[in-house]
Order: sequence, then structure tokens, then C-alpha cells
Amino acid sequence: MENLISRYRNVTVLVAILFAQVLGLAVQVKRSSENESTRLIRVWVVNAITPFEKGIVGLQGGARNLWRNYFYLRGVRQENHDLKQQIEHLRLEQVRLNEDAEQARRLQALLGFKEQFISQTLPAQVIGSSGSEQSRSIYIDKGSHDGVKQDMAVITADGVIGKVLRVFVTTSQVLLIDDQTSGVGAILEKSRLQGVLRGTPAGEIVLEKVTADETIQPGEKVLTSGGDQVFPKGLPVGTVTKVSTGADLFLNVRVKPAANLSKLEEVLVITKKEERMPSVAATGGARAVDILAQRLPSVPDKAAEEPKKQSPAAAAVSPQVGTNKAKAQSSGSSPKPIESNSQAGSVQDVKIIPGPGAAVTAAKPASGDAKIKLPGVKSAGSTIVKPATEQKPVPQPLRVSDKITKPPASAPKPETTEPARNQAAPDQPKPSQPATQPATPPQEEPVPQENKPQ
Amino acid sequence: MPITYTSQEQVEVYRFSAPAAILIPLVALFLQAFVPLRFPFFAIFDLPLLVTIFFSVVRRSPVTGLLTGSVIGLLQDSLTHNPIGLYGIAKTVVGYGASSLGVRLDVENAGARLLLTLFFYMVHEIVYFLVGRGLVGLTAHPSWAYELGAAFANAVLAVLLFAALDKFKQRT
Repeated sequence: MENLISRYRNVTVLVAILFAQVLGLAVQVKRSSENESTRLIRVWVVNAITPFEKGIVGLQGGARNLWRNYFYLRGVRQENHDLKQQIEHLRLEQVRLNEDAEQARRLQALLGFKEQFISQTLPAQVIGSSGSEQSRSIYIDKGSHDGVKQDMAVITADGVIGKVLRVFVTTSQVLLIDDQTSGVGAILEKSRLQGVLRGTPAGEIVLEKVTADETIQPGEKVLTSGGDQVFPKGLPVGTVTKVSTGADLFLNVRVKPAANLSKLEEVLVITKKEERMPSVAATGGARAVDILAQRLPSVPDKAAEEPKKQSPAAAAVSPQVGTNKAKAQSSGSSPKPIESNSQAGSVQDVKIIPGPGAAVTAAKPASGDAKIKLPGVKSAGSTIVKPATEQKPVPQPLRVSDKITKPPASAPKPETTEPARNQAAPDQPKPSQPATQPATPPQEEPVPQENKPQ
Repeated sequence: MPITYTSQEQVEVYRFSAPAAILIPLVALFLQAFVPLRFPFFAIFDLPLLVTIFFSVVRRSPVTGLLTGSVIGLLQDSLTHNPIGLYGIAKTVVGYGASSLGVRLDVENAGARLLLTLFFYMVHEIVYFLVGRGLVGLTAHPSWAYELGAAFANAVLAVLLFAALDKFKQRT
């Protein structure tokens, strides 16, 4: 036996080494499914290689900064001028986008959508790659010491690039979205079709799981869908470049990544995400009816004239005034004019609950139901205020507007407000009574309500 | 092509100083990880493989060759996100094969080195994909046309690289 081994020493060693490696491979595969991995050798190699990479990147950055900031300043004046013009242009665009965003937030809040917001990012520098086309990953110079954790999303200004795969003390490995093992939940911007983005062996990105009966045009943008719980919704991923019919009744949609994955220098790690209900307080406590009314050409704008013309009864109906009145009642001071935008808390749309003697709409804090005692409501006492998402279909939403004192003849009479109207009728002031009149005792304050069909 | 069959006695065996034997593979790994960031086309090259072939051929010892390939491959695996051992096994086979061939063939000239690298690059890729699909379940589908092009590119680079690395050789 010994002779045999010594005679075939080379082959024996080869077989032994290969066997050891195959064994190691098998152990890893088994362990990786149990969330364990052979980290020690990875740590050693990464720690041995990355300091050099960091050093070179640092030197490179220093030299580049020296050149750019001190020597190469030609054309800076012209560039400054151009940039100022660009800023002006962008400001205009920002105003427009803000308007759109505010409107979207309001509508989302009304629909009860939850959003994921990027609340904290960590800039990082790319210091290395895997060096293999079979593993498309990069290394960044931030690790667990800086708060990086596994599965955090990594983006650039252009779009998504990947997620954190392994975290070391001062470095992290990021799996790029063009790797074969990566997967990103994606949605097409216009057609709203959803799929999964995967890398191909050739380093391309394809959108999978899109059925062949859908129509997708090249050039359409691809965004993150948020379904993977890694990337926040709405981040740009890329653009559709080619659509062809693939196997299994699915389309083969090729996507060009928005970020240049082969030339990455600086990236952002999303270290904190927040999932919350979009607040309408920051954008103005608008109600659904107000938002929709703005779009109706037949409804005049109330913004300019409302404060001076609004009746106290109408004020009691308004969410903003309802809040103010409640405050006023508690403090004993007179009610203030409508200042809904300045409210710090989130204000949600609420409904009128038909009660035995009153019908009230009021604002409520974002969390939970609230009982608000409203002035001018005789029999209701306290009124349960519920969020808009819990509304039952209300026949006629309320609209506080003095200009519209009568509902259209064709509109049905709202049943919800009848009890209040009936009870408040004896003391009901004229609708033109200003909203800023001194506070009256609750039992004396009428609740005339004008309903506007939407 | 001047590939000549040589007897065992005719073949010169070289060795390397300890710093060179350690630093050259490390530098190759470093360059492989760093340069593609700035020059993406560089990812087509496999410097650790070229270094493995060079050390194996010059040392002409199968055991040393396979150990060299094994270590370099495992180190290269550590930089990827795939299980450790894929490159290790592939480079072990290459190290063993290159050193076994180096014992029998004169691979000192450029033509022989070009063919040798071309051949072992393909062997390396085949072993890598076989092991990857068979043991780890990788779903990679290699494009053999691309691999052939990459093999040729690596072979050309190997001729230049081996000429540079020849300076580190020491006669035994």
C-alpha cells in the first residue's frame, strides 16, 4: 500500500487535495442553508486585500482633489454661470414636482397607502470588486463599524445598484443587480407591470415573470416595486431596451441599468428606512372633497374668501375649525381663524356620523380614534371621529364654502345632516356670519351645514 | 511551433524566493480585484490563473503545482460571493496539469506558453462550471464563444506576463 502511494504520490496528493476541497464545498453549501458560512478565510483575505485598495483609492482621491481644486480651475467661471442657470431651471421644476408630490401624498394618505421612505443613507466608496465575472460584486469602504448591515440597499444618484451581501468590520461586499443570484422586485413605470429583475451570465439584466400577453415598449423606465423588502419603492433601476418572447409564456425583457455598474466609485447605502403613512399635515390638511373639488370646474375656489365668510356652523363642520374649536373650548379662548396648515399633527379626513341630533365632521390626530366634543352640537355630546379609511359610504361629503349655499336642485338631500339641521334650526345664523366671531357656549352654537355634492 | 519533448534530465527546474512566491499571487489577486473597477474590460483576464500556470510550469513539480493552484484558487474564491472551493478545485486541476506538462514539455518559449495558457484556461472554465453546476447548483450558462475569446486574450497576456515573471526565477 505504501509503495502504491509513493509510486503515485502526485496523483494521491491531487486526489486528497481535491477531496478536501469538495468536502469543504459540501460543508459550506450545507451550512449556508443554515445561515452559517465559512467566514474566517473570507475575513482574512478581505482584510489583507482591502487596505491596499483603500490606500490606492485614497491616494487617487487626494491627487484628483489636488488637481481639481487647486490646479485645474479653467472654465470655472463659465461653469458657475451655467450652473446658476441650471439651478434656476431646476428650482422651477422643483416647484412643479413639489406640487405633484404633495398631491400624490394627499391622495395616498386618503387611500391609506403605506410608503417606505429613505430616512438615512451612508455614503461609501467602492474600493474593490470580486474580480470574477461569475461573481458580480463589489467592496465598499464601510462595514459594521459604520452601521452597515446585511441586506441593506445600495444606490447611486442614478439608481439602484445592489444590496449588501456580507458585512465585515470596515468593509462590506455588495451584490450587484446584474449578478445571476440577485433579484430585485421591479415595476414598469407606465404599464405598471411587475416582475423580478435578474442578472444573466453575460452581465445583462432581464425582467422575469412578465406574461407574454402584456405590451411593453422599449424605453420604458423600470422602478423598484418595494416588494422585495430591500429596496424602497420607486427607485429607478433601468430602462427597457429589448422585448422578446421567451420561454414558458413569459416575455424576455432586457433592461439597461440606470447606474453604470461597471464604473462605480461612490455609492449610498440606505441604512434606515421608514414605513409610515404619508402625512398630509406637512402638505396641508386637505380633505378628499377639497382635493376633488379643486378639479371640478364648476366649483369656485374657496381659499381666498373662506376665512372671512365662513360661518361658525360651517367652521364646526370643517376639520380645521373643528380642531380649533376644540382647542378653544378647552382653553376658554375665542376660536381662531382657520390655520390648518400650521397644525403639527397629522390631520386626516373624517366623516360625519349621523347621530340622533347632530352630524359633525372634525379632524383627528393620526393615531387612533378621538372623541372630540364639538360646540354647537346639542344632543350629540361627544362625537366619535374615525379615520377616512374606516368610512362607510357617505351619501354626501361635506364642503365648507359660503359661496355654495344651496346644493344643486338635482342633488339629493343628504340624510346625514338632517338631524343636525333640524335641531339647530331655531338658532341657526345666516351663512354669511363670519367664522371669527367670539365663542359662544356650546349649547347655543348652531350647526348649519351646507352640503355640496361631489 | 517549437514545443519540444524533453527528457526529465534536460528540464531545468526553478524556484522562487519566499517574498516572490507570496507576493506575486497576492499582487495578482489585488490587481484582479481592483483594476476592473477602473477598466471594466480587465475582468476578462484571470491573473491568478496565469500566475498559477506560471508557477506550476516553472517549478515542474505536480504536488507544488497543485498546492499553488489550490491556495491561489481558495484566496480568489474568498473575494467572490460564491462558495469557497470553486476556483480552488479548478486551479488545483490546472496547477497539477500544468506542472505535469511542464515536466515533459519545454514551455520556455512564447508559442508554447500561448498554447499552454489557451488550453488550461479552457480546462479551468470547464472544471469551474462543472463543479459549480454539479456541486453548488450554479445556474451559470457559459458562452463558449466568449470563453474562447477570453482564453485567447489571457494567452496573449500570459506571454507578456511570463516574460516579466521570468526575472524572478532562480536556478535550483
